This record gives sequence, structure tokens and C-alpha cells, in this order.
Amino acid sequence: MTTTADATTANQPAPHRRIAAALGTGAPVYGLLVVLLLALALTDPGFYEPDRFLAFVKRAAPLVILAAGQYLVIVSGEFDLSVGAIVTAGVVVAAELYGSFPEAAWLVVTLALLLGGAVVGLVNGLISTALRVPSFITTLGMMLILEGAVFYWTGGSPHGSLPEGFRALGRGTAFGWLPWAVLACLAAGGLAFWLMRSDFGRTLIATGDSERTAALAGVRVHRVRIIAFVLSGVAAALAAVLVGGFSGVSAQAGRGLEFEAITAVVLGGVVLGGGRGSVVAAMAGAFSLQALFTLLNLQGVSGALESTVQGFIVIAAVGLGAADFSRLRRRRHSSPGGTPS
Amino acid sequence: MPALLTMRNVSKSFLGVRVLSDVSLDLEAGEVHALVGENGAGKSTLMKVLAGEHTPDSGTIRIDGTEHSFSHPSQAQAAGIGIIHQEFALLPHRTVAENVFLGREPVRRGRVDRRAMEERTAQLLTELGEHGITPRTYVHDLSVARQQTVEIVKALVGRASPKDPGASDVRVLVMDEPTAPLADHEVSLLHDLVHRLTDRGLGILYISHRLREVFDLSRRITVLKDGRHITTVPTAETDTDQVVRAMVGRELGTYYPPRARPEEIGDAALTVRGAGNTRINGIDLDLRAGEVTGIAGLQGSGRTSLARALFGAAPFTEGTMTVAGRTLRPGSPRQAIRAGIALVTEDRKAEGLALRQSIRDNALLVTRAVHARGRPPAGRALTGLLERVTLQSRGEDQQARYLSGGNQQKVVIAKWLAAGPRVLLFDEPTRGVDVGAKSAIHTLVRELARDGLAVLIVSSELPELIGMSDRILVMADGRLAGELPAGADEEDIMRLATGGDRREDAV
Amino acid sequence: MTDTALAPPQPPVKHSAVRASRLTDPAVGVWLAALAVTLLGWLVVTLDGGTFFSRANIVVILSNCVALGLVAVGQTAVILTGSLDLSVAYLIGLGTLVAAETMESGSVFGAILMVLALSAAVGLANGLVVTGLKVNAFIATLGTGFILRGWIEDNYTGPAGKVPASFQRLGYDRIGPVPVSVFLLVAVALALWVLLKHTRLGHHMYATGGDEHAARLSGVRTRRTVVLAHVLCSLCVGAAALFLASRLGAGAPWAGTEARYDLESIAAVVLGGTVLAGGRGGVAGTLGGVLVLAVLDSVFNQLSVDPFFKNVVRGVVIIAAVALYARRGSRRSA
Repeated sequence: MTTTADATTANQPAPHRRIAAALGTGAPVYGLLVVLLLALALTDPGFYEPDRFLAFVKRAAPLVILAAGQYLVIVSGEFDLSVGAIVTAGVVVAAELYGSFPEAAWLVVTLALLLGGAVVGLVNGLISTALRVPSFITTLGMMLILEGAVFYWTGGSPHGSLPEGFRALGRGTAFGWLPWAVLACLAAGGLAFWLMRSDFGRTLIATGDSERTAALAGVRVHRVRIIAFVLSGVAAALAAVLVGGFSGVSAQAGRGLEFEAITAVVLGGVVLGGGRGSVVAAMAGAFSLQALFTLLNLQGVSGALESTVQGFIVIAAVGLGAADFSRLRRRRHSSPGGTPS
Repeated sequence: MPALLTMRNVSKSFLGVRVLSDVSLDLEAGEVHALVGENGAGKSTLMKVLAGEHTPDSGTIRIDGTEHSFSHPSQAQAAGIGIIHQEFALLPHRTVAENVFLGREPVRRGRVDRRAMEERTAQLLTELGEHGITPRTYVHDLSVARQQTVEIVKALVGRASPKDPGASDVRVLVMDEPTAPLADHEVSLLHDLVHRLTDRGLGILYISHRLREVFDLSRRITVLKDGRHITTVPTAETDTDQVVRAMVGRELGTYYPPRARPEEIGDAALTVRGAGNTRINGIDLDLRAGEVTGIAGLQGSGRTSLARALFGAAPFTEGTMTVAGRTLRPGSPRQAIRAGIALVTEDRKAEGLALRQSIRDNALLVTRAVHARGRPPAGRALTGLLERVTLQSRGEDQQARYLSGGNQQKVVIAKWLAAGPRVLLFDEPTRGVDVGAKSAIHTLVRELARDGLAVLIVSSELPELIGMSDRILVMADGRLAGELPAGADEEDIMRLATGGDRREDAV
Repeated sequence: MTDTALAPPQPPVKHSAVRASRLTDPAVGVWLAALAVTLLGWLVVTLDGGTFFSRANIVVILSNCVALGLVAVGQTAVILTGSLDLSVAYLIGLGTLVAAETMESGSVFGAILMVLALSAAVGLANGLVVTGLKVNAFIATLGTGFILRGWIEDNYTGPAGKVPASFQRLGYDRIGPVPVSVFLLVAVALALWVLLKHTRLGHHMYATGGDEHAARLSGVRTRRTVVLAHVLCSLCVGAAALFLASRLGAGAPWAGTEARYDLESIAAVVLGGTVLAGGRGGVAGTLGGVLVLAVLDSVFNQLSVDPFFKNVVRGVVIIAAVALYARRGSRRSA
């Protein structure tokens, strides 16, 4: 049995151990991602040409951002099913705003959308914590409300278009080669990573692990969770700006994205119910999902069968993760530290 | 005549760690056979083997001479073994009868025979002398003691055949720490029940930490230690000291760190006057820097409520409270923490730790959440803190759930020390902690007091309370019934706790 | 997830009035709510100059109940057992296609068997993935949903097959103001009700959903129970697919997804007072929940409210109802 004196040495781990620790529970997803990226390289040798690869990252950006937001909510022990509706609403609202104020600056509209996303998240959070409605239901209701409200407002079919200035974030490039979407994705990812290493992130994950323990340690559990919902709403709004940028206005803009985001997060080894998993792995899950879509496209799998393959892979990945890794982990940990009493 | 139950040379390993080696045990009809041992001695594993939850690696189990091997709890049930788990396996939102017959509902003409279930349940309840429960009551409407009665009835029903609903063929009843959840006046009721069961010819395997109960009830005592059978003796031919020696493997260390000298005790760090809430009232209390104050009392006397009220988890609704000269009646743990109060709760797993987080994240949780005094200790400071509480671990990244009970408790204490408290409240500081860690925690608590913290200990273990406290306050019926100086004996405490009349079975 | 974390662990409070009021039972509450919504709707529609209790309108309300009702009843079974089924919408689509195509080329009876067999297989797959691979039900059924969706997308581009007139009678015939399909719903609901209340499987479903560990310790085969619950759910969904096929006259790939039967059914179940975590609730409440949603729909149609506004109200109603349950739940046992 080691004592803390020995533990001190383990305390400054070799870099690879530190990386392993940072990657945490997500180990399988990185394997999956590597396999998919290799397969992409084999299928399409040109895939790793800079501009094509950047284009891939650009396409993945909205899902990655959504996954980061969804991760925050899931790791705190909740769900956010409203993000797809927020994306749709964001795109449609932007078009409507431009319909009314054609001269509006893109930054103003973008900020307005982010603010709107924050407000939706705030409402989700308040209802789920203060009124103690399970968040599955809260955000499901919010999804119905948002979709209904947007279409009610637009009279059933969204119209209008988005000016180039606004769409630049989704499809433009910085310095002529770096898509803004990639920058946005990096920024959001970096922010989420930093957040999870901060005190807030640690208390968030502890809240998802044991609400009572957190509350008795002085964590304001309601507030922490509300913040997670707000951030998820903001992330969804940002995704809306990107999606609006490269796909334009559509009533289907965000349909199904909530499930894709949750799938990505779970693929990253994050436990539904909270308390375990890393945000980097969740984002890697999103990349994996996007890589999978791309690969299926390249393989000439009809767009149709895509979801079948996706379904199998998701079940298999999660099933494998649930079974083998927990068992391995237990074996590694169980001997001298004492049997869990 | 063969014994009712015979276990021979039972061994079991988990992932290479031997938790039971060659344990043998037998049980006769109408006998209470007590099984004692320290935490980790293998009692629970042995019981789970008998219950069919674990399959033994080797060894045999015979009931009435017939050999059995179980791979699912239902097979053990079918063989006539009933288990009363420490944590109840009851569904709060189902009725008593539904719970009693769960997994073995009688079926008549394709339908669950509710009437048979209810009649049989009512009959058994009556036989056991329990008149306060009807079969249709929902379990969540019952007190803990009555829920336990339901558990017992459930175990008795056993695996009834569909033709003859509830024909009890349970012969062996295993009770795992049955009095742990009970209030003191409920304990004697349980003992009556146990006698009634043995009168019916059942054999009872009775697992308990509480030696007084064991001596009151059992005909024989078996001691386990480190997964091995140490001895089996008739209860009448032994005494507590012998049993304890066998359990611990040495003379019981009665060593407690020296108490505070008068000059080490400083001013009041926390003062309470006339405080109360729905569970406690009229509390006047001073906790002084450098002093360890013990709180004694029967279960339900308000000891835990007092600690939780001081900590703001179940706040006082009246009276005044002063912390370090500042008037403040904490309405939430957060406020209490900011004022420098910390509480080590009784239920470590549910309230003390985020089990799937690392030692480091647990130790830093409070400071991260509250920022009570400056920045959280990082790196060396944290390491120093963990050394101070003598944590034994595989490194700060190890998840809390993989630690032993004692080390988990040390992490909890480290968590609070990181926040630099003035007042440290302990509710059952060493529950579920093995002997070695126990004395380490006692030493640590005394050191902390010596460093100027005001310490309060709530404990149901009187030797611990007496050994650790500089003075003892006794609670009864939600009030402070009196104060005793250091060195008071158990009798003094019990007299105050029970309001004068002495009770043998208390605490 | 919801309780106030700070309350000390308390012994359960004794309720002097045991079962004080059946009125606080969510199942009763939701039927009262349905009644209230109906009366309110009648009042509003009448004031607006329409007739609410017209024969035509009642028929519409009732037949709107059938499809969602069948799915929701099935969903009740899985949710009670502590699981969840998100694959129902795709199973409906596939079910209508299989039904219509088989009927076009073969017999009606054969088609019914085919659809039920398909449903049972999907339910079995869901159950086995959840219990065997230990994949969270949310993900597992989402995954099977994806698989079905791919199957549909790969093989169909639009409506296919044809339902003979004889079978369409299931969708359109009625006795007085009551469509015969309502009897289908009632029969399925009744069957499941009997199963839940009066069979061992039903008792074990409640137990597994309430506390899986406790159920296992009591000798319940919890895995088998979960698998069977999934099969039951999918069979109900198959029935809904058959009904929709008869109603639409052909197989409609997106019949399930366009109406959002996955989420709507969960909403109806929860509206009916069944706890999302499992162990408490029942079929009666679910039917009440379905009725509330259908009546609301009809009122809005009569008032010719924008169809999208309905979604908004729906969302608000669902959240508000569950918030109410949460409040009441906290007052009884924490």
C-alpha cells in the first residue's frame, strides 16, 4: 500500500500520464476517432489536404459546439433536448431580424442570438431546478414551444435571407484560408476545456456526481446547473449562427441536432446521469460522428443507410465502453487501496 | 440429527483478493447464532454467499443435510433462506402485501391473488404481534421500525408455491445489523420478535457490531477476522473481553490521545442561545477553541439535528447564534462554511464524498465552491494536507469510491481542513472505519483541537465519546439534558440520556 | 435529481390520512384536467359561435387519440419499468409500410402478423441492448431508431403499398359517434392495465422500475422484465402502425416522425402522472394525458388557431403539469 509520501511522486506525473488523465474516461472515443480518420485517409487520399481538412472541421464545428454545451448539462446530471430547436429558432429569427432591419450589423444580430440562447437556457434551468421538473421534460416542452413559436411568428414558412456579412462566420474564412467556423469551434472548445478545469467546472461535475455532497460542501447546486443550461443555450445559438451561415434559412435547420449532440457526448464516454466524463472526449465524440458521416458519404453508402450504420456504431461503441472499460478499470483500482466498503 | 444449516470451508476471492478462506459455520433450529467481526472481516460476504448473491469459489452449503449451490438470490430463497438486509429492499410506493410477496406473487387463474397475499400478510403480522400495519398500507407511510418488520415478514414468506400461497418454508433467517436503523425503544421490540421467531423453530444468523445485543440474544457466537473463522463459543461461556480480543486479535487499544489542559482551552468560537427548530429546542451551547465537546444521547434525541442545525443544513428557526463574535444564524451550509463551520456527516458516501471524483477534487470541493479563505490549496499544500490526515492512497487521482472507509473519512476531513474552519462538527466520526484508521482519526481530531479549533463530536459509541471529549453534553427529547465533565462514565451519561431511569438496551 | 438536497435523511413522515384523497392521485387528477379542458373548450368554442360537442368533432377527437394513445400506452410499460423507448416513431413508419405492402400482395391477416412480429423483434432488440449490453435506454433506443430510419430511407422514398378497403374500415368505421378504432385502443389499454395490476409480470415491472436492486434481491428477474416491457411497448406501437396504415390507406414512411410520436408519447405518459424514473404511475393516467392533448388540439382547430401555436401551448401544459406533480411529490415524501 502506498502512502501519500509515495503519492507525492505520482503527483508530478510524466507528461504522458498527465495526458492520459486529462483524456480520462474518453479513451475509447479517441481510438474510434483515429480509426475513422485513418479510414478517411485510405478512402480519400486527398482528405488531408489543408483546405479539405479544414472544410471537414468547419462542417463539424456546429456539432462540436453543441456537444460541448450538452456536455456541461449532462455532466451536471441533466438533459438538454431543446438545443436543436434553439438552432432552428436562431436561424429563423436571424432571417426575420434582417427582414425588419436589413441594415443591422452582423455582430449585433449575432449577439442578439447568443443572448436569446442564454435566455432560453436560463428558463430551462430555472424550471428544472426551482420547479423541480425533470429536465428531460422541461427541455422537451421548450423544444415544442420554440418550434411552435418560431413558426407561428413566421406564419409557417420561414422566409427572408441572411446577408453575406452575417453568413461570413459560417462560410467565410479568415486570412483567406482559415474558416471562421474553425476558429469559433476552437474558441468554444478552448473555453469549455478551460471551464472544466476551473473551480466552476469541478463543482459542476461534483454536483452531477452527488448533489447532496455538493450542497453540503457549500455548492449552490441550483445556480451551478442553471449556468450549465445557460451555456448550453449560448452554445446552441452559436451553432445556429454557423448553421445559418453555411446552409441558409430553413425550417429544418436544427432538426435532430439535440440527439446528435447527446449521441456525441455519450460516444465520448460521458455518463448519462452525470458526474463522469471529459469535455474533450465529448467533443471528440462529435468529431467522430462527423467523420463517420463523411466516411459513409465517401464510401458511397447511400445517404439513406447512413443512419443505420450510425445506429449500429453508437450502440456498439457505448456497449463496449459500458462493458469492458468499467471492468478493466475496476481491476486496476481494486487491490490495495482497499475494497470499496 | 444434522444441523439446520452447515457451511463448510467456504472460500471466496474477488479479483485475486481473498475475502473468505475456509470458513465453516453451523446453525441449529431455534438458535440465535451471532456472527461478529470487524469491518472487512468477511461477515457481509459470507452472508451474501448464503443469500445467493455471490457464488463461493469452494466449500459447501447444506440445509437439513441437503447440499445446495446458489447462483441467484431466488435459489437461496427457494432453499429456505431469508435475508434481512441492512439496507431495506422495499419499494416505498408499493403496498406492504405487494412488497412481502415481491418476486413470489401467488397466482390464481392467471391473476395475482391479491386476497391471498393480503390475508397471509395480515396473518403473519398478527403472529409476530404487529398490529399497526395493514397489508394495504404503502411502505413509505411506515416508520423505519415497521418497515423492518415488513422486511422480516417478507423474508419469512420465502418462496411460496403458487398452489399454497405463503406456505412459509423459510428455515434460516439472516439478520445483518438489524438494529442499526432502529430508534432505541424499537430495539427491544425487535428482540421480542427474534424470540418469537426462534420459538417457531427458525434458526437465526445474527450479524451485529453491538456486543451487548449479541450477548442478550445469542446462544453461540462466531468470530470472523480477515476472512477467517477464529472461534465459535457458547455465549454463556464467554464474555465481552474475550470476544473483543478475538475480533481485534489483540488487547483492545483503549488508548485515546490526552485531553486538553485547561490553559489550552480558549474563548467561545461559537455560541448558541435559546435556539431551536422543529426537532430540537432551547439549545444553549458554547463551543470553545481548543476544546472537544461531545454530544451523547439516544437515537432520535436530536444529536444529529443539533449538528445539522449548527451547520445550516436543517437550520435553527429561533434563537441566536454567534460565530467568532459575529451574530449569524446560518440558513444554509454555505453561510455556515463562510462563517468557518464545517460538518463531517454521518453518511459519508451520500453526503461526504463525490465518489467518482478524485481524491484531489473531493479535497478541494469546499474551497472551490465557497472560496471561504483565499485560494484553494494547490500542489504541495494539498499534498501536505493529505499527509496531515495520514491518507493512504494510490495518489491524488484515485477515485474516492476505491478507498477504504477510513481513508474516505480522511478525505472528508481534509476537504474541510482545506477551507480553514474555526469550528469542526463531527457526526459519528468513526462509523464504518476500521480500528487502525479509527485511532488515527482520534489523534487527528485532538491535534486539530490543540491547533485552536473548536470541535464537536456526536457519537453513539460511548467509549469513543468518553475517551475523546473534554466535556460531554447529553441530549434527550430534543433538548440538552445536562453536562458532564471529562471522565464521566457510561452510567452517568445513560442516566441523563434516558431521563433518569436506566435502560440496559439503550445506545 | 430533484429533491432538496439539504433536508436531513428523515424517517418517512406518517400520513395520518393514509391515501387521504384519491384526488391527489395523478391518474385521477389528469382525468379531471381532461374534463376541465373539455368544458373550457366547449365554453370557448360555443362563445366563439361553434359547436364543440358535434358528432363530427367528437369523432375527430377520439380518432386523434387512438394512434398517440396506443403508442403512449406502450411507452407507459417501458417507462414504468425504468426504461424508455425513443425508437417508436421509426417503428411506426416501418410498420405502416410493412402492413400496406403485405396487404397489397397478400392477406390482411398475414400483414397483421408480419407487423406484430416485426414489432416484437424490435422490442426484443431494444430490451436486449439495454439489459445485455448495458447501454443506457436513451441511447440504445435512439440507436435502434437510427437503424430503422436508415432501413426506411434506403428502401422507400414516399408512400408505398396499398391498404384494402376492408382493412381501412378499422380507421373509418364507427359505432354512433365512436370510431371502432377507439375500441382497439381501449382493448389494448385494458389488456395492459390487467397485466400491470394483476399479473406477476406487471408487479415485477413496477418493482424493477421502482428499485432495480431491491427487486433483484427479492428474486425478481429484472433483466427479463425489462426485455418483456420493451416487447410489450413495441407491440403496442405495432398496433398503432396498423391503425395508421388503415387510416392513411398506404404505408407512410414518416407517419411516426412527423407527428413526433416518440416525444409526444413520453409527454403524454408523464402528463398522466407516471414518473419518468419508473415505478409509479399507470395506464389510466396515460389515457387521460392523451385525451388532454387531443382535446386541446381540437379546441385550437375549432378556433382556427395557428397550428404552430398549439405546440407552444402543448409545451407549456406539459411543463406546468409536471411542475405541479413535483410540488405535490415534495409535500408528501421527500
